[in-house]
Amino acid sequence: MVEPKEVLDTSGLNCPMPVLKAKKAIKSLNVGDVLKIIATDPGSKKDIPAWTRVTGQELLEEKEEDGKFVFLVKKAK
Amino acid sequence: MSEEEKPKKLAIIASKGTLDEAYPPLILASTAVALDMEVAIFFTFYGLDIINKKKYHRLKVPPLGNPAMPIPVPNFIGGLPGMTAMATKMMRNWMGNANVPTVPELVEICMESGVRMIACQMTVDVLGLNKEDFIEGVEFGGAATFLEFAKDADITLYI
Repeated sequence: MVEPKEVLDTSGLNCPMPVLKAKKAIKSLNVGDVLKIIATDPGSKKDIPAWTRVTGQELLEEKEEDGKFVFLVKKAK
Repeated sequence: MSEEEKPKKLAIIASKGTLDEAYPPLILASTAVALDMEVAIFFTFYGLDIINKKKYHRLKVPPLGNPAMPIPVPNFIGGLPGMTAMATKMMRNWMGNANVPTVPELVEICMESGVRMIACQMTVDVLGLNKEDFIEGVEFGGAATFLEFAKDADITLYI
Protein backbone atom coordinates (compact mmCIF):
# COMPACT_ATOMS: atom_id res chain seq x y z
CA MET A 1 0.00 0.00 0.00
CA VAL A 2 1.42 3.33 -1.09
CA GLU A 3 1.32 6.05 1.54
CA PRO A 4 0.02 9.30 0.05
CA LYS A 5 1.87 12.47 0.93
CA GLU A 6 -1.32 14.46 0.62
CA VAL A 7 -5.05 13.73 0.40
CA LEU A 8 -7.29 15.88 -1.77
CA ASP A 9 -11.00 15.44 -1.09
CA THR A 10 -13.15 16.92 -3.86
CA SER A 11 -16.37 15.29 -2.65
CA GLY A 12 -19.44 17.25 -3.75
CA LEU A 13 -17.58 19.15 -6.46
CA ASN A 14 -18.25 18.73 -10.15
CA CYS A 15 -16.46 19.41 -13.41
CA PRO A 16 -14.13 21.23 -13.78
CA MET A 17 -13.17 21.53 -10.11
CA PRO A 18 -11.68 18.08 -9.31
CA VAL A 19 -9.12 18.39 -12.12
CA LEU A 20 -8.31 22.03 -11.28
CA LYS A 21 -7.79 21.16 -7.62
CA ALA A 22 -5.72 18.10 -8.52
CA LYS A 23 -3.45 20.27 -10.63
CA LYS A 24 -3.04 22.76 -7.81
CA ALA A 25 -2.35 20.01 -5.28
CA ILE A 26 0.27 18.23 -7.35
CA LYS A 27 2.12 21.48 -7.96
CA SER A 28 3.00 21.74 -4.28
CA LEU A 29 4.41 18.19 -4.09
CA ASN A 30 7.87 16.89 -4.94
CA VAL A 31 8.64 14.41 -7.69
CA GLY A 32 7.99 10.92 -6.35
CA ASP A 33 5.31 12.05 -3.88
CA VAL A 34 1.89 10.41 -4.09
CA LEU A 35 -1.35 12.37 -4.11
CA LYS A 36 -4.58 10.68 -3.11
CA ILE A 37 -7.63 12.18 -4.80
CA ILE A 38 -11.16 11.47 -3.60
CA ALA A 39 -14.07 12.48 -5.85
CA THR A 40 -17.81 12.00 -6.09
CA ASP A 41 -18.18 13.50 -9.57
CA PRO A 42 -18.84 10.51 -11.89
CA GLY A 43 -17.07 12.46 -14.66
CA SER A 44 -13.85 12.38 -12.66
CA LYS A 45 -13.66 8.64 -13.26
CA LYS A 46 -12.49 9.41 -16.76
CA ASP A 47 -11.23 12.96 -16.24
CA ILE A 48 -8.60 12.31 -13.59
CA PRO A 49 -6.93 9.50 -15.61
CA ALA A 50 -7.07 11.74 -18.72
CA TRP A 51 -5.44 14.55 -16.76
CA THR A 52 -2.62 12.25 -15.60
CA ARG A 53 -2.00 11.04 -19.17
CA VAL A 54 -1.91 14.51 -20.68
CA THR A 55 0.29 16.00 -17.97
CA GLY A 56 2.57 12.97 -17.72
CA GLN A 57 1.79 12.05 -14.11
CA GLU A 58 1.62 8.44 -13.04
CA LEU A 59 -1.74 6.95 -12.11
CA LEU A 60 -0.89 4.21 -9.62
CA GLU A 61 -4.38 3.15 -8.70
CA GLU A 62 -8.04 3.92 -9.29
CA LYS A 63 -10.88 2.36 -7.36
CA GLU A 64 -14.35 2.90 -6.00
CA GLU A 65 -14.73 3.05 -2.25
CA ASP A 66 -18.05 3.62 -0.50
CA GLY A 67 -19.51 5.12 -3.66
CA LYS A 68 -16.56 7.50 -4.08
CA PHE A 69 -13.82 7.46 -6.67
CA VAL A 70 -10.32 7.23 -5.28
CA PHE A 71 -7.14 7.80 -7.26
CA LEU A 72 -3.50 7.51 -6.33
CA VAL A 73 -1.31 9.71 -8.50
CA LYS A 74 2.47 9.76 -8.30
CA LYS A 75 4.12 13.00 -9.27
CA ALA A 76 6.41 11.99 -12.13
CA LYS A 77 7.73 15.43 -12.99
CA MET B 1 6.88 18.16 -20.09
CA SER B 2 10.46 18.45 -21.28
CA GLU B 3 11.97 21.91 -21.60
CA GLU B 4 12.18 21.86 -25.38
CA GLU B 5 8.63 20.62 -25.86
CA LYS B 6 6.25 23.48 -26.61
CA PRO B 7 3.00 23.53 -24.67
CA LYS B 8 -0.17 22.74 -26.59
CA LYS B 9 -2.37 25.74 -27.32
CA LEU B 10 -6.14 26.19 -27.12
CA ALA B 11 -7.76 29.19 -28.79
CA ILE B 12 -11.43 29.93 -28.11
CA ILE B 13 -13.82 32.52 -29.52
CA ALA B 14 -16.67 33.21 -27.06
CA SER B 15 -19.50 34.97 -28.88
CA LYS B 16 -22.54 34.20 -26.74
CA GLY B 17 -23.76 35.92 -23.59
CA THR B 18 -26.29 33.52 -22.13
CA LEU B 19 -25.62 31.68 -18.88
CA ASP B 20 -25.44 28.25 -20.52
CA GLU B 21 -23.14 29.41 -23.29
CA ALA B 22 -20.78 31.16 -20.89
CA TYR B 23 -19.76 27.89 -19.27
CA PRO B 24 -18.12 25.91 -22.10
CA PRO B 25 -15.36 28.45 -22.88
CA LEU B 26 -14.58 29.00 -19.19
CA ILE B 27 -14.60 25.32 -18.21
CA LEU B 28 -12.51 24.29 -21.21
CA ALA B 29 -10.05 27.13 -20.68
CA SER B 30 -9.49 26.49 -16.98
CA THR B 31 -9.21 22.74 -17.52
CA ALA B 32 -6.79 23.20 -20.42
CA VAL B 33 -4.47 25.14 -18.11
CA ALA B 34 -4.63 22.22 -15.67
CA LEU B 35 -3.57 20.06 -18.62
CA ASP B 36 -0.48 22.27 -19.11
CA MET B 37 -1.90 24.05 -22.14
CA GLU B 38 -1.65 27.71 -23.11
CA VAL B 39 -5.06 29.28 -23.56
CA ALA B 40 -6.56 32.45 -25.00
CA ILE B 41 -10.24 33.37 -25.16
CA PHE B 42 -11.39 36.06 -27.56
CA PHE B 43 -14.64 37.58 -26.29
CA THR B 44 -16.72 39.18 -28.99
CA PHE B 45 -20.26 40.56 -29.34
CA TYR B 46 -22.50 39.09 -26.61
CA GLY B 47 -19.61 37.00 -25.34
CA LEU B 48 -18.28 40.26 -23.87
CA ASP B 49 -20.91 39.95 -21.13
CA ILE B 50 -18.94 37.02 -19.69
CA ILE B 51 -16.15 39.41 -18.65
CA ASN B 52 -18.34 42.48 -18.11
CA LYS B 53 -18.19 43.04 -14.35
CA LYS B 54 -21.59 44.75 -14.33
CA LYS B 55 -23.24 41.81 -16.06
CA TYR B 56 -21.35 38.57 -15.60
CA HIS B 57 -23.02 37.68 -12.30
CA ARG B 58 -26.47 37.87 -13.85
CA LEU B 59 -26.31 36.13 -17.21
CA LYS B 60 -29.60 34.54 -18.21
CA VAL B 61 -31.09 31.48 -19.87
CA PRO B 62 -33.90 32.22 -22.33
CA PRO B 63 -36.71 29.61 -22.44
CA LEU B 64 -38.02 31.14 -25.70
CA GLY B 65 -37.07 29.06 -28.72
CA ASN B 66 -35.21 26.64 -26.46
CA PRO B 67 -36.73 23.17 -26.83
CA ALA B 68 -33.98 21.65 -24.68
CA MET B 69 -35.04 23.22 -21.37
CA PRO B 70 -35.16 20.40 -18.78
CA ILE B 71 -38.74 21.45 -18.05
CA PRO B 72 -40.15 22.15 -21.53
CA VAL B 73 -41.72 25.59 -21.89
CA PRO B 74 -44.00 26.21 -24.92
CA ASN B 75 -42.85 29.23 -26.90
CA PHE B 76 -46.07 31.18 -26.38
CA ILE B 77 -45.45 30.93 -22.64
CA GLY B 78 -41.68 31.31 -22.86
CA GLY B 79 -42.21 34.71 -24.47
CA LEU B 80 -44.18 36.10 -21.55
CA PRO B 81 -42.56 38.68 -19.25
CA GLY B 82 -40.72 37.07 -16.36
CA MET B 83 -40.21 33.71 -18.02
CA THR B 84 -36.52 34.27 -18.74
CA ALA B 85 -35.97 35.25 -15.12
CA MET B 86 -37.79 32.13 -13.97
CA ALA B 87 -35.85 29.80 -16.25
CA THR B 88 -32.62 31.44 -15.15
CA LYS B 89 -33.48 31.00 -11.50
CA MET B 90 -34.20 27.32 -12.03
CA MET B 91 -30.95 26.80 -13.90
CA ARG B 92 -28.97 28.59 -11.18
CA ASN B 93 -30.57 26.40 -8.52
CA TRP B 94 -29.65 23.21 -10.35
CA MET B 95 -26.11 24.38 -10.89
CA GLY B 96 -25.78 25.54 -7.31
CA ASN B 97 -27.00 22.16 -6.06
CA ALA B 98 -24.41 20.46 -8.25
CA ASN B 99 -21.68 22.70 -6.80
CA VAL B 100 -20.76 24.08 -10.19
CA PRO B 101 -18.79 27.31 -9.77
CA THR B 102 -20.49 30.54 -10.82
CA VAL B 103 -19.44 32.43 -13.96
CA PRO B 104 -17.57 35.11 -11.94
CA GLU B 105 -15.77 32.35 -10.01
CA LEU B 106 -14.72 30.60 -13.22
CA VAL B 107 -13.61 33.88 -14.77
CA GLU B 108 -11.42 34.49 -11.73
CA ILE B 109 -9.97 30.98 -11.95
CA CYS B 110 -9.16 31.55 -15.63
CA MET B 111 -7.55 34.91 -14.88
CA GLU B 112 -5.47 33.57 -11.99
CA SER B 113 -4.29 30.57 -13.95
CA GLY B 114 -2.99 32.70 -16.78
CA VAL B 115 -5.63 32.36 -19.48
CA ARG B 116 -5.32 35.30 -21.87
CA MET B 117 -8.70 37.04 -21.82
CA ILE B 118 -8.99 39.22 -24.90
CA ALA B 119 -11.94 41.57 -25.38
CA CYS B 120 -12.71 42.34 -29.01
CA GLN B 121 -12.02 46.08 -29.27
CA MET B 122 -14.32 46.59 -32.24
CA THR B 123 -17.40 45.10 -30.55
CA VAL B 124 -16.54 46.88 -27.28
CA ASP B 125 -16.83 50.12 -29.26
CA VAL B 126 -19.92 49.05 -31.24
CA LEU B 127 -21.78 48.12 -28.05
CA GLY B 128 -20.86 51.43 -26.43
CA LEU B 129 -18.75 49.85 -23.71
CA ASN B 130 -15.43 50.99 -22.29
CA LYS B 131 -12.51 49.49 -20.41
CA GLU B 132 -14.02 50.28 -17.01
CA ASP B 133 -16.90 47.89 -17.74
CA PHE B 134 -14.57 44.91 -17.71
CA ILE B 135 -12.84 42.93 -15.03
CA GLU B 136 -9.22 43.60 -14.15
CA GLY B 137 -6.64 42.01 -16.40
CA VAL B 138 -8.60 41.86 -19.65
CA GLU B 139 -6.61 42.62 -22.82
CA PHE B 140 -8.15 44.62 -25.62
CA GLY B 141 -7.36 43.64 -29.16
CA GLY B 142 -8.73 42.85 -32.56
CA ALA B 143 -8.88 39.95 -34.97
CA ALA B 144 -5.14 40.07 -35.62
CA THR B 145 -4.38 39.77 -31.89
CA PHE B 146 -6.45 36.62 -31.66
CA LEU B 147 -5.17 35.15 -34.93
CA GLU B 148 -1.57 35.68 -33.93
CA PHE B 149 -2.22 33.38 -30.97
CA ALA B 150 -4.53 31.01 -32.87
CA LYS B 151 -2.37 30.56 -35.98
CA ASP B 152 -0.41 27.73 -34.41
CA ALA B 153 -3.02 26.59 -31.89
CA ASP B 154 -3.63 22.86 -31.58
CA ILE B 155 -7.33 23.37 -30.87
CA THR B 156 -9.49 26.27 -31.99
CA LEU B 157 -13.12 26.55 -30.94
CA TYR B 158 -15.91 28.93 -31.82
CA ILE B 159 -18.58 29.02 -29.15
